[in-house]
Amino acid sequence: MGLFNRTSKNLPTFWKNYENLFKETQSKNFKELTFVVLDTETTGFSFKDDRILSIGAVKIKDGTISVQEVFDSYLEQEKFSKETVHIHGLLKNGQRECISEILALEKFLAYVGNAIIVAHHAGFDIGMLNNALERHGLPKLKNTVLDTGVIYKKTLIKSYLVQPKPNYTLDELAEKFSISRKDRHTALGDAYITAVAFLKITSRLKEKKNFSLKYLLR
Amino acid sequence: MKNLISERVADFVKNYPPFNVLDSKSLFQLAEQVLIIYKEKNSIIFTIDEPQHSHFYVVHKGAVTLNNPSTSNIVDYCDEGDIFGLRPLFANENYKLEARAHEECILYAIPIDIFKPIAKQNDQVTIFLMESFASNTRNPYAKSQKGQLYDNEDQEELTEEIALPDLQLASYSKKLVTCSTRTTIKKAADMMTKKNIGSLLITTNELPVGIITDKDFRNKVISGEQPISASVKSIMTTPVITYPKNLTITQAQMAMMKSNISHLVITEDGTPNSSALGILSKHDVMVSLGDNPAVLVKAIKRTSRIKKIKQIRKSVMVLLTGYLEQNIPLGLIAKIISELNDTCIKQVVEISLAKMDSPPPVKFAWLALGSQGRSEQLLHTDQDNALVFENVPEEDLPKTTTYFLELSKHVTKGLNTIGYEYCPADMMASNPKWCLSLEEWKNKLSYWIGNPGPNEVLMSSIFFDYSLAYGERSLLDNMSDHIFRTVKNYPIFLVHLANGALQSPSPTGFFRQFVVEQDGQHKDSFDLKSRALRPLVDAARVLILSHSVKAISNTWERYEKLAELEPNNKELYMACSYATKALLKFRTRQGLANHDSGRFIQLDQLSKQEKMKLKRTFKAIKEIQELITLRFKITNILG
Repeated sequence: MGLFNRTSKNLPTFWKNYENLFKETQSKNFKELTFVVLDTETTGFSFKDDRILSIGAVKIKDGTISVQEVFDSYLEQEKFSKETVHIHGLLKNGQRECISEILALEKFLAYVGNAIIVAHHAGFDIGMLNNALERHGLPKLKNTVLDTGVIYKKTLIKSYLVQPKPNYTLDELAEKFSISRKDRHTALGDAYITAVAFLKITSRLKEKKNFSLKYLLR
Repeated sequence: MKNLISERVADFVKNYPPFNVLDSKSLFQLAEQVLIIYKEKNSIIFTIDEPQHSHFYVVHKGAVTLNNPSTSNIVDYCDEGDIFGLRPLFANENYKLEARAHEECILYAIPIDIFKPIAKQNDQVTIFLMESFASNTRNPYAKSQKGQLYDNEDQEELTEEIALPDLQLASYSKKLVTCSTRTTIKKAADMMTKKNIGSLLITTNELPVGIITDKDFRNKVISGEQPISASVKSIMTTPVITYPKNLTITQAQMAMMKSNISHLVITEDGTPNSSALGILSKHDVMVSLGDNPAVLVKAIKRTSRIKKIKQIRKSVMVLLTGYLEQNIPLGLIAKIISELNDTCIKQVVEISLAKMDSPPPVKFAWLALGSQGRSEQLLHTDQDNALVFENVPEEDLPKTTTYFLELSKHVTKGLNTIGYEYCPADMMASNPKWCLSLEEWKNKLSYWIGNPGPNEVLMSSIFFDYSLAYGERSLLDNMSDHIFRTVKNYPIFLVHLANGALQSPSPTGFFRQFVVEQDGQHKDSFDLKSRALRPLVDAARVLILSHSVKAISNTWERYEKLAELEPNNKELYMACSYATKALLKFRTRQGLANHDSGRFIQLDQLSKQEKMKLKRTFKAIKEIQELITLRFKITNILG
């Protein structure tokens, strides 16, 4: 079962609903945009072999996160890697209520809609999600994606002698912006830390001349 | 739905009244409905007369001020865990104050619809709310403590313990000057002039009945409303607002604000039916708020917690505002404030050292760079610092570096906590490139001076304005000597530095109009820092280096020294010294008014006179730049 078998006609309704949202054009006003800040916990770092253990996400509208509107799903696992359990503390079929991968994706798509996705080192999380979608014969995510690891560097002054590091971890960001590292290494906890970091980064960047969504994507 | 985030919220609010008395079920019920709101510094949460929000707020991170914009008085300052914006929701009225994010904030917005039924069920919550509304204070518990601490009749003198306006008693003037209601306006005015006072209490049978101030003369006499032969009764403000003598500063401020008056009368029992003890004016509040630097220094030195220093720094800002209002010479203000800032930094280093497992392996020095190093930092800006330690045998170097890097991390974090933003270019001692042994620093400095590209000039310009913040002075002197020796060997470096000093954009355009920013957030405002202050600072640095004068890093002191060294240019240098001070004062005023760094100025907010003053300083800038061009023959070499 690959992409070839599923033409856009026989894609499930939930995907079509998701897809239809992208027909509307997004507001140009940064304040009116909706952001979904997400984090995934996985069994490992391979897009092919590893699986998503949990997806956590929070929604930001005009600088506000509603506690009620958070996304927190734990996925049933066929593949189980012992090594990563001690990092995330997510035991296979632990106390948390788990749902199937496809159901989690369906719920996630309904949650994210056409919002702008924000993640720390977004490439990894989006890659994991897209691979999961592909396994179920679904196309890739259509959302615009921002990476806090990348936009953070825009707040730094570049000069020849003091070069920014190529990579900043979420821990380093939390440290820089004095965000409590409580609940680190849970998908939702990390998503929240990333969200606060994102708000603080954009507030600093707003002073720049041509601040806009486009500027962040550059 | 209970989730990690709601748990996080519940975990936080349960430590603060009135949430501390809630059972965990109601707590979670509340927490699940909370909105987490991020507010940028200076943004408004609600304004006066705005209709009620559906939420009230708890400060999670940062601080919020409640002000009355018409009097620009800060009524309350809400820190982490404080609630605000609740009273209007219970009283069913519009907001009476403006809430503004004093710092970058994260707020928890709690829906009133859910809170109300919970509050009604719980007696303790109701009592807390009633008390806090009735006493008009945020936290009635603090007030009851005040009573116990100060409910002493003999307590005449102000206790010089704490500098927090919440607890500190307001000192008032006890030398009362009074007259009767039948006194003529002329006579009253003569009395006030003779005694050099701004207000006069009117009494009948020794009981206060009214008050006249300078303002009353202006509004009611000079305007022609009353002849000077009329009695003071016709112009006095009555009834007087009276208070008992154990009044805290915050209470006094609130009382003045509430009745929109500038003088309170202190009476024996707090009512107008007992004799007056003294008058408390707005000015008294101002002075006691900032209190005096010696008290603050003592308070800073006594703390062992960094968070406490942050609170004390608030008083430093009040002090600064007071000084500027009283027009005290800026050189003096800068000295006092820098001294206080230095003490804060020293204390942060001390506290950080205590956090380390072992004492430092060798001697070290903590250097303040940039504006702090020049003692020109009046407002909070970025932190720029570096660390130098004694040379160690090569095999010990990695170990020693690791130790000092860890120490630096503690210090920079502590400085961040007390209000210094991290340097966006990472020029901080916590960066391995800025935490080096004396030998390593010497090599680095030699490299900068020997290979002066534009970046090296920028780096060294930050670095040459350093001062010792903590530690071993000999290390610093050693570095200074090294710099001067090296500069002598590479005279071309000075030319580059001079060239760098001329790179700042010009403050005025061809028609002598102000050049304003073309775009961005600060469109149409004037960049005071890079267009006016920086050229002066840069020029002073290159000139003083060329004279090999060490240990003076302050810009106006540098100009004063230059005036002494080159008597023929004395006039220009003194003009520059004056201009620097004037500009810095300007910037500080702007910064305090707008609660920012004061770097950008809205020209339309300036009076004609202020604009003229600014332009006069530009003349000095132009002339000093011409002098540098000529002296270092910039055009010949680089032109």
